[in-house]
Amino acid sequence: MRKNVGQSKTRVDAFDKAAGRAKYTEDLCDRGALTTRLVHAAVAHGLVTAVDTAEAEQVPGVVRVFTCFDVPENCFPTAGHPWSTDPRHQDVCDRLLLSRHVRYYGDDVAVVVAEDDVAAARAAALVRVSYEELPFVLDVQEAMKPDAPQIHENFPGNVLAHTQIRTGDYEAASREPGLLKVEGWYDTPTVQHCHIENHICTAHMEGDRVTVTSSTQIPHIVRRICGQALGVPWGKIRVLKPYIGGGFGNKQDALYEPLCAWLTTQLGGRLVKIDCRREETFVNNRVRHAIRTHIISWVRPDGTFAARKIECFSNQGAYASHGHAVAAKGMGAFPQLYPCENVEGDAWTVFTNRPAAGAMRGYGIPQAMWASECHMDDVAKALGQDPVEYRRQVVMPKGYVDGFSKNENYYDTFRQVMDKGVEAIDYRRKREAYASQTGPVRRGVGMALFWYNTAVWPISLESSSCRMVLNQDGSVQVQTGETEIGQGCDTAYAQMAADVIGIPFEDVHVVSTQDTDVTPFGTGAYASRQTYVGGFAIEQTGSMLKKKILDCASEITRQTPANLDVIDGQIVRISDGRTLMSLGELAAEVLYSLEHSQHLTAESTYQIKNNAYSFGCTFAEVEVDIPMCRVKLLDIVNVHDCGRLINPALAEAQVHGGMSMGIGYGLSEQLLFDPKTGKPLNNNLLDYKLSTFMDHPNLRVFFVENPEPTSPFGTKALGEPPACSPAPAIRNAILNATGVSVNNAPMTPHVLFARFKEGGVL
Amino acid sequence: MSSQYKLIRCTINGRAVEQMVDVRASLTDMLRNDFRLTSVKKGCEVGECGACNVIIDGECFNSCLYLAAWADGKSIRTLEGLMGPNGELSDIQQAFIDEAAIQCGFCTPGFIMTAVEILESGKEYTDGELRKLLSGHLCRCTGYENILRAVKKTMYKRLGKTQS
Repeated sequence: MRKNVGQSKTRVDAFDKAAGRAKYTEDLCDRGALTTRLVHAAVAHGLVTAVDTAEAEQVPGVVRVFTCFDVPENCFPTAGHPWSTDPRHQDVCDRLLLSRHVRYYGDDVAVVVAEDDVAAARAAALVRVSYEELPFVLDVQEAMKPDAPQIHENFPGNVLAHTQIRTGDYEAASREPGLLKVEGWYDTPTVQHCHIENHICTAHMEGDRVTVTSSTQIPHIVRRICGQALGVPWGKIRVLKPYIGGGFGNKQDALYEPLCAWLTTQLGGRLVKIDCRREETFVNNRVRHAIRTHIISWVRPDGTFAARKIECFSNQGAYASHGHAVAAKGMGAFPQLYPCENVEGDAWTVFTNRPAAGAMRGYGIPQAMWASECHMDDVAKALGQDPVEYRRQVVMPKGYVDGFSKNENYYDTFRQVMDKGVEAIDYRRKREAYASQTGPVRRGVGMALFWYNTAVWPISLESSSCRMVLNQDGSVQVQTGETEIGQGCDTAYAQMAADVIGIPFEDVHVVSTQDTDVTPFGTGAYASRQTYVGGFAIEQTGSMLKKKILDCASEITRQTPANLDVIDGQIVRISDGRTLMSLGELAAEVLYSLEHSQHLTAESTYQIKNNAYSFGCTFAEVEVDIPMCRVKLLDIVNVHDCGRLINPALAEAQVHGGMSMGIGYGLSEQLLFDPKTGKPLNNNLLDYKLSTFMDHPNLRVFFVENPEPTSPFGTKALGEPPACSPAPAIRNAILNATGVSVNNAPMTPHVLFARFKEGGVL
Repeated sequence: MSSQYKLIRCTINGRAVEQMVDVRASLTDMLRNDFRLTSVKKGCEVGECGACNVIIDGECFNSCLYLAAWADGKSIRTLEGLMGPNGELSDIQQAFIDEAAIQCGFCTPGFIMTAVEILESGKEYTDGELRKLLSGHLCRCTGYENILRAVKKTMYKRLGKTQS
């Protein structure tokens, strides 16, 4: 019975967060902690020849200065992927705790440990680093040239990885007579997650074990990586994750936890804190891969595709982190969206001397949808067709099965979400009204589709573990390894657990703080997987607990278990609906029984070997001031099919946040670098143009609820999808308004000026 | 050393206090470290994100840009001070919960304190004015939409008007 799933329940953590008593990593840190300040490289590429710490060590309050010559030689990977026991599928180990070979401007060379922040900052400024400077490269295609600087020894040509898609015969198919060729290059920028809580971690020792408290999405993975970095058995590391102030993928990586864990081992186990400043979060954590995409479509006069080609050049930055997985996921979404029999695809992930790119909300799909959906409007324009009508003809049909993941498109969702979007934004009337504008200020409407594969199967492990414990009063603790990072999964889990066991929502206590010593193993929060994957483990574990409860109830009440149920926290005899006892009475009886005392718990792992497509679209309306090269977003609508909504209010709220991120991606956000030095130019929240309260119209959200057949709760991905389609929808609205196609995000006045000139409207 | 520390007297959430402060310390540092008022969050420490916002003598300030020493003689309010004597939340806190305006919760305290300043003005603002008044805060989770709904709803409720 589903009494709670589907309801807009209040977040289980809302009260504490509204009251100001929710504790985040720094709030829990003892005042006596040693503090740190990192010394960052002031060159984009070079070898550290010497580090002079003499002066720094004289600063009162300084405890120790560690340099890149002091750290252990254990190369470790940082990506928050499940570990693979197959060495061929393990992440690239290219990190040391501090870098002798500096690969980006800001790379970590040394760290000062001090009694207070002022001493640490003063001392860090006095550390003298000498370099043998090397040439550097920032652009992805420049880095692939034969004479480009080599960034990693083991990766000639700077290519971290190259993968291909070959379906049918692209070359032969493209020679079919009468085809229209549509070609474009589509660029996306380096952007940053900008969670409001910077990454922070602390570490101390208890016995011979290190306890790390961190603002992370992936406590169990961080435990493994700390073990690898320190060269100690993984069980010697314990990771705690309290509330975290947003992650968006940046914290799906081991950031400074390994260094912090090592520092405490060098300082007699004293509590040490590494608290990133905002400037460091931008540069020394992770960024989104800037991907340049080239698409060629050979289109028949009826609009169908004869052949398609895609090339993706993904800027990895200095270190492998999540590496090629991001570009591979992006390119991997290309052949299915508008199926074509002859597809040739190549994706390259290439090292450059920029900050390391890792996971970020959407994991390659926002970049892929920027390219795909900009291109689709270009094709529609070349055919003289309306972009919505054209997409309706060629989009992935109902019943489509993906050859790789074996996922099926069970419903006609794409057409359903487009219908909703068309209606919500009054698309047809506006399209007509805006058809023949001539003035300097013009309006337009545009749209973009996206699809997103929930979770990581079959690329990687997909499992979730859950533990439930019955308390004396009939309430239940629930733990999973999938982390609450603000997205609301703890609340969704409470709703699910309440329904599976048959107890009131209020009687479920989800343990939000994760502790790798206590929390069942789970890989964490990423890939929009928590509700989908966690749901299986909760369904299975809850059913196990319920069976144990009913067996006990049977023993106590002498009724057959098949005739008993748990409803609203009561043990009920099914045949006549009579309440025999409350679950609290049962729990107390069972725990304190002088004859047969039991601690009622259930714990299990559920591994899935499937996943689910998630779909949707954005419709946007803009007003473009052509002489000022300025775009005003007048209206924006996202429509999603994420299956059955577990919590409609939280789902809508999550979509708002993704739309906001997508709007920034399209119009304002980019991390800039000085081409002469490689130095980041705007790594602060003033100069990096994150969307503010003033930059949005009202964000409008609609859902198409087609229950996902593979999920016990009918659910699938929603966390990342909302960020995937707003930017191209805005671009296509600008195209509608001005007739000019803009292929570089973000579409700032600088970009628009050049394009409007070329397009002849300026 | 004597010039580096200063004794200040101020009122924090209605309680008169005395504290020796490092003259270089920000009010954020003092509130978080000396008084453990950890609702005062640090997101940038240079006045860009608004997470450390508190009310000083009725006016909102980013406490990261406000020296602790300047707090002498002032009355300071943080989110912790909004809770009633029996642990009940204020109307604006409840509205943030009811409108699903809280996700990770890190920007929430700063936003609520600006909302308090807006609401205590007793004025009725348009959506555009509310957006501007709230624009000193950055949020990455909510797209600001439900925060606007929560503030607007409480504003009309306090004004005794129905929401237009």
